[in-house]
Amino acid sequence: MSEKIKHFPGESLKGRDIREGRVPTIKHRPNVKYLWSAGVAMSRFLEGLKKGKIVGSSCKKCQRIMVPPRAFCEECFRPVDGYTNVKDTGTINTYSVSYVAGDASRIKEPILVAVIDLDGASKGMGILHLLGEIDDWKTIKFGMKVKAVWKLPEERTGTITDIKYFKPME
Amino acid sequence: MREVAIVGVGCTGFKSVTPEISYKEMMFEAATRAYQDAGNINPRKDIDAFISVAEDYWEGFSIFDEFVPDQLGAVLRHLFTVSGDSIIGLATAYMLIKTGYFNTVALESHGKPSDILTLHDIVSFAMDPILNRPLGGHPFYVAGMEMNRFLCTTGNTRDQCAMIVAKNKGNALSNAFAAYGANVDVEDVLNSDMQFYPLKKIEISKPADGGIVIILASDKVATKLNENPVWIKGVGWASETPSLETRCWSKAIYARLAAEMAYKKAGIMTPSVEVDFAEVDDLFSYKELQHMEALKLCRSGEAGKLTEEGITQLDGYLPINPSGGMLGMGWPLEAAGLQRLQEVVLQLRGQAGNRQLSDVEIGVAQSWRGIPTATGAVAVLSNYKG
Ligand SMILES: [Zn+2]
Repeated sequence: MSEKIKHFPGESLKGRDIREGRVPTIKHRPNVKYLWSAGVAMSRFLEGLKKGKIVGSSCKKCQRIMVPPRAFCEECFRPVDGYTNVKDTGTINTYSVSYVAGDASRIKEPILVAVIDLDGASKGMGILHLLGEIDDWKTIKFGMKVKAVWKLPEERTGTITDIKYFKPME
Repeated sequence: MREVAIVGVGCTGFKSVTPEISYKEMMFEAATRAYQDAGNINPRKDIDAFISVAEDYWEGFSIFDEFVPDQLGAVLRHLFTVSGDSIIGLATAYMLIKTGYFNTVALESHGKPSDILTLHDIVSFAMDPILNRPLGGHPFYVAGMEMNRFLCTTGNTRDQCAMIVAKNKGNALSNAFAAYGANVDVEDVLNSDMQFYPLKKIEISKPADGGIVIILASDKVATKLNENPVWIKGVGWASETPSLETRCWSKAIYARLAAEMAYKKAGIMTPSVEVDFAEVDDLFSYKELQHMEALKLCRSGEAGKLTEEGITQLDGYLPINPSGGMLGMGWPLEAAGLQRLQEVVLQLRGQAGNRQLSDVEIGVAQSWRGIPTATGAVAVLSNYKG
């Protein structure tokens, strides 16, 4: 339809016209800040990371070891029976190669992201993290064994980034 | 036509801060109690649909809906979120059952304002960005302006508003769920800091963390789940214009229209005679008086006098906010409506402990979405199916 119209009446707007104030606009930057309580299960997980351990929780009813840990089993709808460490090794469930940064800008060195089923956790449970020490991402394979590379103990702060990335085990 | 009952309530109680648990763990606790209360129902198979009531900005998540299923037992089940007050959520759950497609619905709402570092900036963010926000100031000045016009037009008095604070904080002393019960008198209120003339600091409900889950059921299954179902006789909701420049400042028209809708459905012709007690929004002291009048529990200008005469106390002819209201229990954001509703359910079941009212058959729960909104909802409940 628009292809058939050679000339639209009026003056066309450019992004510049808005930026330079020729179009009335309103600007407001909200001050929204939160400090979420991590809670029972996540506090254990974060404290574990600080000590170089990955904590899961267990449900006797469905026999699952769940990572990340939770205070209740969402399948059985009951409180978990306990907390247990799982290994910091696992296999790649799925992965992607991101050429775009958080602000949508193009990046040269792609970010390798993967979901890793951790050893010691129930099937299909583990951690979403980065992959590292991989020269050519085309060598990444489904089911590939990987291991966590941790920050030095004194650098850990009890966050998911206390693990720097997972690297191939080879 | 099928009837709808409340067959379960579960509540965590309300506290000023809850650093020990996450919002998910709080919701799990409320849900577990509600399912237990509804005949130990198993949500993984016995609940047909789930509704959570949440507002992204209060939670700090985009698309908060997605963070809800696990802790309600709703994984791989049928769930959606209502962004509004929790009595609007109740109306939605009620309609789901009325369709005939659902026999049991779980309704959840919670507030965790202690997780929000800039609560009042978020309220400010609800103000019109072109006309109001640039003027600055704390958005609760809207309540000061409304209180001023309401008192001037209706003849209710400043001191009568102070009596609301004393009554509600006093009622809250016998409510284990309440965060802010206290023995205060009118003198204490009048000596409190002036914050938004004529509104004093102690007349503003303080934020509180807590969660509530309510289980609704059709008459087909209600009595199997709970031998004392509380029947929903009517629900209503309404919005006035959001415009602060042109809205009515003396009356809560949104609450009047919501009440008329709910009363009509419930077959209530003379609310002042037929309603035994009410839980109304008291985010600010004067709102209790304004909402009583909007709900036709008395004539315009009479609410203050009824308060002064003790008619609205626990042993009065028309108890208002026996729970302690939000002045006594705390302001749990969008869960405010369910906080009101829960008390109506407990009273109608005869489970309100020390604050139990005698011979109550019809109770009303009313909510308001707070500053700067002009939206409210009303539910009429009874322990008689009728
Ligand atoms: Zn389980």
